[in-house]
Amino acid sequence: MRSSAIARGVRYIGAGTINAIVRLGFSARFFMAVLYHSPSAFRRLQLTLREIYFSGVLSLVIILVSGLFVGMVLALQGVEVLNRYGAEESLGILVALSLVRELGPVVAGLLFASRAGSAVTAEIGLMKATDQLSAMEMMAVDPIARVVAPRFWGGVISMPLLAALFSALGIFGAYLVGVKLIGIDNGAFWGNMQAAVDFKRDIGNGVLKSVVFGIIVSLIAVFEGYDARPTAEGVSTATTRTVVGSSLAILAADFILTVLLFRGIGV
Amino acid sequence: MNRATIDLWVGIFVTIGIGALIFLSLKVGNLLTTPTTTGYRMEARFDNVAGLKPRAPVKSAGVVVGRVESIRLDPKTYEAVVTMRVSDGYQFSRDTIASVLTAGLLGEVYVGLDAGGDPQVIADGGTITKTQSALVLEKMIGQFLFDKAQQTPAK
Repeated sequence: MRSSAIARGVRYIGAGTINAIVRLGFSARFFMAVLYHSPSAFRRLQLTLREIYFSGVLSLVIILVSGLFVGMVLALQGVEVLNRYGAEESLGILVALSLVRELGPVVAGLLFASRAGSAVTAEIGLMKATDQLSAMEMMAVDPIARVVAPRFWGGVISMPLLAALFSALGIFGAYLVGVKLIGIDNGAFWGNMQAAVDFKRDIGNGVLKSVVFGIIVSLIAVFEGYDARPTAEGVSTATTRTVVGSSLAILAADFILTVLLFRGIGV
Repeated sequence: MNRATIDLWVGIFVTIGIGALIFLSLKVGNLLTTPTTTGYRMEARFDNVAGLKPRAPVKSAGVVVGRVESIRLDPKTYEAVVTMRVSDGYQFSRDTIASVLTAGLLGEVYVGLDAGGDPQVIADGGTITKTQSALVLEKMIGQFLFDKAQQTPAK
């Protein structure tokens, strides 16, 4: 019957909407619970240090190599355009501003989401699927305090450091290509950069961005893991959602933060 | 993975991360300028140094011989006082002419030194008396238009 087909469609939309609102509410309550249990993550510092090791230290290789190559490519392409105006000496400004303001936090955030966020989701999801979280509750150990909060703070602490390393290595890569390979004057490269980059406006806002991205990626990663359906398929879906969701969230948040920091309040 | 190894790696990670932040602040953001200590100092006074920045090169015959250390305004004479640091290997005669030049139309601004013939050389902390200011494009165009306007009625 036609009417029942329409009713099924409407019911489908309704169920989807309710599900989305329930997930939103659950994630907000989950975030509050993580914050509530955060002091215990710092009281048992060893757990958080372990997560900084898994999220931060093990992400170093990809972050450092990507940063170096992004900086080198940026220098090569930047020189190509600046050359036309005889302004190769401005390369330092181009590279430093684009890395410190945008590329550092954003690309490091995207890499961090794929490298560390997905691992955290898979780990928590698998713990749930194998009933380890329920077992903890049985033993009167709160899984949010024992498992989730350390992973959340491990990510939040690692992310700004990784973004700073990405920017620093990128600028070093641009220095290698610009000064050592192409032969831009060393003093002009650094001098112009230092004259153009402001500590508070550029570096401060860049670090602020990376802290916000760290919170976003870590929260999405632990939430998707905790909310995963306790099956093999559910864990794989949750991992995919983490990577896609945090990448989109980083790009959206970056646009909003850029508007607020560099156009509105920041100016 | 035992505890000591994790502690070690996290320590290394946090240290180099903070090191990167300090590098960005100091070297890129120029929060603290580390003064170059080699070479000797000389000063030059210009009417206008438009576009010259600290750490800009000091060149003689196109060869970089030093760096601009600081630029300040003399509050009495309203002249720009440029302090430069020149490598010890180079000596410049007392009648050297210092000029603020631009590499190309939009290129970097630098100080050019044209050595003279005086046997006496500028010592550490000495002042170059003969200077030539930066050419300000707007002023030149203004001057050119003004001259044109004056010529037209005479024709």
